[in-house]
Amino acid sequence: MQFLLALIVVGPLIGAVAALLPAPPGLKGKSPDQAVLRHGVTVTGVILAAAVVLALGFDHDHPSKMQATTDISWIPALDVRIHLGIDGISLPLLVLTALLTFLCALYSYFKMPAGPSPKAFVALILVLESGTLATFAVLDLLLFFLAFEMVLIPMYFLIARWGGEQRTQAAWKFILYTLLGSVVMLLGLLLIGLRAGTFDMVALATDNDPGLSTSVQVIAVLAVGIGLAVKTPMWPLHSWLPDAHTAAPTVGSVLLAGVLLKMGTYGFVRILLPIAPDGMETFAPYLAAFAVVGIIYGSLACLALARPGAKGDLKRLIAYSSVGHMGFVLLGISTMTPTGVNGALFANIAHGLITGLLFFLVGALKDRTGSSDLDTLAKESGAALYGKAPRLGGLLAFGAVASLGLPGLAGFWGEMLALFGAFKPADDLSRPAFLTFMAIAAFGTLLTAAYMLIVVRRVCMGPTAEAEGTPRLADVHGYEFAAWTPLVALTVLAGLWPAALLGLTDPAVQQLLAGGKS
Amino acid sequence: MTVAASTVEAGAAHSGAVESSASLIQSVDWVAVAPPTIVAVVGLAVLVTDLFLSDRNKHLLGWISLAGLTAAGLFLLPLTDSDSDARSTFCLSGPRATACSYTVDEFTLVIQLLVIGGALLTALLSMTSLKDARNTDKELPEGEFWFLLLSSAAGAALLPASRDLATLVVALEVASLPAFALVGLRRGDKRSSEAALKFFLSSVTATAVTLLGVSFVYAATGTMHLTELGEKLGNVDGQLDTLARTGVVLTLVGFAFKVAAVPFHFWVPDTYVGAPLPVAAYLSVVGKAVGFTGLILVTVVAFPEYADVWGPALAALAALTMTAGNVAALRQQATRAYSAVRLLAWSSVGQAGYLLVPIAAAGYADQRSDVLEATGATVAYALMYAAVNLGAFAVAALVGRTQALNRVSDYRGLYARSPLSALVLAFFLLCLAGLPPGIIGLFAKVTVFSAAVDAGLGWLAVVMAANVVIALYYYLQWTALLFRAPQGEPVKHRVPAPLTVAIAVTAVLGVALSGAPQLVLQFAEQGVR
Repeated sequence: MQFLLALIVVGPLIGAVAALLPAPPGLKGKSPDQAVLRHGVTVTGVILAAAVVLALGFDHDHPSKMQATTDISWIPALDVRIHLGIDGISLPLLVLTALLTFLCALYSYFKMPAGPSPKAFVALILVLESGTLATFAVLDLLLFFLAFEMVLIPMYFLIARWGGEQRTQAAWKFILYTLLGSVVMLLGLLLIGLRAGTFDMVALATDNDPGLSTSVQVIAVLAVGIGLAVKTPMWPLHSWLPDAHTAAPTVGSVLLAGVLLKMGTYGFVRILLPIAPDGMETFAPYLAAFAVVGIIYGSLACLALARPGAKGDLKRLIAYSSVGHMGFVLLGISTMTPTGVNGALFANIAHGLITGLLFFLVGALKDRTGSSDLDTLAKESGAALYGKAPRLGGLLAFGAVASLGLPGLAGFWGEMLALFGAFKPADDLSRPAFLTFMAIAAFGTLLTAAYMLIVVRRVCMGPTAEAEGTPRLADVHGYEFAAWTPLVALTVLAGLWPAALLGLTDPAVQQLLAGGKS
Repeated sequence: MTVAASTVEAGAAHSGAVESSASLIQSVDWVAVAPPTIVAVVGLAVLVTDLFLSDRNKHLLGWISLAGLTAAGLFLLPLTDSDSDARSTFCLSGPRATACSYTVDEFTLVIQLLVIGGALLTALLSMTSLKDARNTDKELPEGEFWFLLLSSAAGAALLPASRDLATLVVALEVASLPAFALVGLRRGDKRSSEAALKFFLSSVTATAVTLLGVSFVYAATGTMHLTELGEKLGNVDGQLDTLARTGVVLTLVGFAFKVAAVPFHFWVPDTYVGAPLPVAAYLSVVGKAVGFTGLILVTVVAFPEYADVWGPALAALAALTMTAGNVAALRQQATRAYSAVRLLAWSSVGQAGYLLVPIAAAGYADQRSDVLEATGATVAYALMYAAVNLGAFAVAALVGRTQALNRVSDYRGLYARSPLSALVLAFFLLCLAGLPPGIIGLFAKVTVFSAAVDAGLGWLAVVMAANVVIALYYYLQWTALLFRAPQGEPVKHRVPAPLTVAIAVTAVLGVALSGAPQLVLQFAEQGVR
């Protein structure tokens, strides 16, 4: 088991190095480009298989226990240990990452984004995968920081080299924002580690008296929280996200939304909740307030973008909707209750699946029509995707209703649980305040429904008669089906059978919130 | 200058001998003093050999120098015996027998390794530069070049072992004076002589101030030996307290100059641009090592009693230095002539700021072990910085062979021309920025941060955090440029062997350290004794 986990973390790195080397004889394929793209599919496929095997081998009766652990000393000077392990909280995220990266590699194999050579592209995707997987698998604060930083350079180059318009500024904004956040986070992590005498997350979470005074916890939560909030992103630290999403290539957007944002919320659950509960308690109401502002702000921004004549970009719109969705996740975390945190983790996964799908769809739409600008697409009367490319239109409508939280699909449960959590927050938190937040957030779901339906109306519906002069759009290709079907299926599955996921997260969350006692 | 060094060693021995009535002849631990002595002797040998060599055979001088430096490095080995205590020589005899002028302990050895290793890599870079300059109008006189380089290295290697203020200042001068000449060595180059003059004038001023400070301290305490100063400064007469306090601050000035701390940093960019590139690399690594070694010795060993003076002073200096360096590096235009060297120069000022942080933190530590840990963090950072910065300069020297102006924009598309050197340079730059895949850079920064947080210097840590982000901007901009599509057809050039070796050695060091950061970070753990 532990070798499997180590392979999952290190495998992509080895794959990245191999991608830069010339292909060995026998694997040269039709052309060097094709060979290296196939190499990417193979490596991510192997990692996905390993992740699935790991999930199957996971002891589902004890999801709160750290499993497949490795614990080797690496840098004694800094007390850094290569401590890997997974529990019910990290396992779903690990599998989601492996799945989304594999789908992205598969998609790029058939539809390589315009830009320089695919060699570097594949290598960067693999480094990115390694960084994200490591973030979810490590149990050492400094290693977490290392993994957190590891994704910056690959993502920067993915946006700056293979992106669309204004990619350079967007890439800079992304990396400078995130780095500023993560350096501040490092200060917080160091404060925790130096005061408590260990950087081990498990030891810190289970030690009920780690020697962290309330004031230290408050400073640590502030510093670490800022770093994580930039990544999540939390309003008002979100402004890098719309630009990065708009400029990034399709697979970049998918990975950014589907995986990278989760690193922020995961950090909240894994580090701040169990290690600095007192500090978290101080900031919980503020976090919740920022979260609901984010929900409303994201929805209003989307409404403004969806308006006819606003020249709203669909990718930008989905990016803003992410700000809203991540607001729900943060609201769930800030309640500090098992219900809320479970909801947050569920919403995390759901957002990864649904928004990943939406970015794929919008990317495909952009490839076909040459634009993701809503006004250009819809003109006066609507883009009539149902008529021109019925399957694509149907999938887009599916993604939109899943995103607005239709019961029976994945988007519903996470947000509902987060609202439930806010209805009855942890004992020490002000209930009236959280009731207000709940009411505002609930209003946010209405706004979300409004803009998503407007988008569906403008993109999918419309008269097809005038389409004779314009070329017909190609409907969904085989490889697109292959890349999207798993996301659709899992969205439905998670919506109909939420217990599969909640059964994993709940015991682990209960244990984290109880300070290591199950 | 080497003569000056030996005179002082002799002088220290002499003063010891005078005070001792028992024995007139002091025994010298020759093994302990071997590394700096070998470098100095080889330097003289090169100068003499130069007279008897025909122009055709001048390149032999480089090989002699390389061999000398390697021998000096090998002579560090017998000293590394960890069981024995520190070896001291040139000690006072009689009742004050504990005070010695020359001590070899772990700290000394690590810094000597850094200095000799840095000089060795500089020598490798110089061999190519000298060869390239041989048939141009900007010829470099080889005999003098090697002599000056070795003399300066001898001074730099002597400095970490010095344990009294006089030897310290003389070692500082032995390291600096040849450096002025090296900067101005290029015949018929206006920029070169101007840079040397600028460097010389500002350095001499700083040294004069240091000497004034030393005399104040001596007046207040009556001793020059660092360990004795540490004890005596604690109970200085109330009337002399102001004198001692002023002396402490003034003494730091000369060393702060060598580190290129604000406000003594203006000489750096012009000097680096004017000097031959290997000399700039040498100044950025060995010159800085000289400065912060002196600072550590003076502050931590001699003036611990005045930590309330130099602690905040160094903290402020660190914050100003890193900000000034990084902001100036940020403002460099990629298309300006020599902008690559200028950028490296300013970034080295920024890095000097990080080097100062743990020393400042040592001023706030309560326990001896915390002090050792803090200074160890500086040493660890310096080792990382030495390897990757020399590497970056080596690649810059490589590019400079074909692009004489060495602008940052000349690095555009380096990956297409020579993929390996582009990848290696990218790695070095990311190490300097402190981002993966430059893992050693990241963890070296973490140690520095951790020293600051541990000492309660939260504000300094936050300033440094902001600086890391600023620095990332220009490092990454340069890195990104390497992988852009090249303008025009790429031309392949043969890379000379010494340059290849230098780049390879630094790259291997950087990668090895990234895999096992413990190798250098261990000094931040137990400190350097």
